[in-house]
Amino acid sequence: MNTTPDTLAPQKRLTSDAMSASLAREGQRVTAAPLGHALVELARRDERVVGLSADLAKYTDLHILRDAMPDRFYQVGMAEQALLGMAAGLAMEGFVPFASTYSVFATRRAYDFLCLDIAEADLNVNMVCALPGLTTGYGPSHQATEDVAILRGMPNLTIVDPCDAVDIEQAVPQLAAHDGPTYTRILRGKVPRVLDEYDYTFELGKAKMIRDGAEVLLISTGLMTERALEAARELEADKVDVAVLHVPTLKPLDEDTILRELARDRLVLTCENHTIIGGLFDAVAHAAIRDGIFRQITPIGLPDEFLDAGALPTLNDRYGVSTAKIVEKIKDLLHPRRTERVD
Amino acid sequence: MPETTEPDPVETERLQRLKEAAFRIRTNALVQAEVQGQGYIGQALDIADVLAVLYADQLNLRPEDPEWEGRDRCLLSIGHYAIALYAALAEARFFPLEELQTYATDDSRLPMSAMASYTPGVEISGGSLGHGLTIANGVALGLKRKSNPAFVYNILSDGELNEGSTWEAAAVAAHHRLDNLIAIVDFNDQQADGKSSQMLGMDPVEAKFESFGWIARRVDGNDITAVLTALEELRSLEAGRPRCLIADTKLGKGVDFLEDREKLHFMSVAPEEWTMAHDRLKETSQS
Repeated sequence: MNTTPDTLAPQKRLTSDAMSASLAREGQRVTAAPLGHALVELARRDERVVGLSADLAKYTDLHILRDAMPDRFYQVGMAEQALLGMAAGLAMEGFVPFASTYSVFATRRAYDFLCLDIAEADLNVNMVCALPGLTTGYGPSHQATEDVAILRGMPNLTIVDPCDAVDIEQAVPQLAAHDGPTYTRILRGKVPRVLDEYDYTFELGKAKMIRDGAEVLLISTGLMTERALEAARELEADKVDVAVLHVPTLKPLDEDTILRELARDRLVLTCENHTIIGGLFDAVAHAAIRDGIFRQITPIGLPDEFLDAGALPTLNDRYGVSTAKIVEKIKDLLHPRRTERVD
Repeated sequence: MPETTEPDPVETERLQRLKEAAFRIRTNALVQAEVQGQGYIGQALDIADVLAVLYADQLNLRPEDPEWEGRDRCLLSIGHYAIALYAALAEARFFPLEELQTYATDDSRLPMSAMASYTPGVEISGGSLGHGLTIANGVALGLKRKSNPAFVYNILSDGELNEGSTWEAAAVAAHHRLDNLIAIVDFNDQQADGKSSQMLGMDPVEAKFESFGWIARRVDGNDITAVLTALEELRSLEAGRPRCLIADTKLGKGVDFLEDREKLHFMSVAPEEWTMAHDRLKETSQS
């Protein structure tokens, strides 16, 4: 970073406003705190449902449940191991806990508790964790860029990376109904509504084709599906026909659907808000190889680096996960193909 | 009429019954250890008196229905004490005594480290230390939500107190006023690398728990009368606070040549020593 006096002169900079929570762009349709509201609705119907947080209720949208139904919420303070152990104990007594903290703390700090007390015991504990991947500019202490890589090897655990408020609202009751542990990468605050423009419903364990396309297949998860859809629309203007397959459940992976789509002759990319190590790209490549599909698959995702601090739009461009960078990448990949066709 | 100093015959019978249970738990532990030729026999012998008070007196259980909703939940954090827990569960008839012969063998329901899914009466999978008290908090809260008057016991070790998560859990238990929770610390001054006091001294443990908002008592954990009196008192208090019993115990208790042997976390016993161990245990118990 250049810190010479010249650059300290007043100028338009992206500031902390752009670093903070809301992912929504101005004018975009949004829902406030979809996790919190979905949980209140579920808790009213199902008395087994309780919420817990480790001093981050307000920052994971669980404050909505806390304030609406205070007797259904437990605060454990800044103690993530105690949070997950308590959630396990409540589940042993027949309750359905939703435990919230940031993804970095649930995975890095409390892994042993998640693994042994919850996953090994195969309890119905639902971890709902905020700030997945690059959704904060606070740097590596808060950016869970490798949480899926950490967790994919954990038996029994279902891993969900929702795209938007629609996914979150529809996932919450399904997470509770699923008789086993789940980990969901929650989007908080004003969360965009994207998928209700399509013929789509969230089904735990299922990948869904959001839009079909003959030339390019984007296999996408989490918030990257919104960008993949935007990229597809932009490329449509250039007469490039792009399909977007949304994979909100990363484990167990809907291999049947993914392999069926991989069988068609298209340029294939994966899109994930996660390091390209150990996430969607690896999971798709693993499934393809095991099934004997030898096809080039290009990953779009975060690099194998500790990311910089800064404003999200800057960082999204820097690391190649903005809509513009997705479009650029696809055009780069398509160009030699088109040249061949002309020849 | 002069005041009588005669002991209450009912209490005398109760203590005698518990002493006999402790003897059988120790015998059951030796039986299992002999299958492997080694193991956590020192710990099993030291905690037998506490387990006798729990499984033959204090815990409200139905061995024929291990998941009975009204049962007291006894969570063993220290998975390697499985040999002791199996000895107590067999004494309480959760499974046949003969099954002790399968301890830590292939396909046994009695693995070396206790796991909930394997054994009737085992509530949690311990072994990674510092977990039990965090889970006990959730169980205690869950029981309160259900207005279930059962108690939750968590058996920890002094070494386990090294784990920071135990203290996270201790703070959470006090904050949530979990007065249906009783932690029992087996303080045998022994952990994997040597004497606990030389690894990471945790004393004064009683004061630590009290400063976290708990009610704490410390007794000779091999004195059945003292353990029984303390656990009864801790259960009867209505103070809105979690309770802790620190039980000072002696590794190898009841088999004198094991008590005197170099203190080891994982003890080896020579093949010819098993008969002698049973004999010495009988003699000690009768003295």
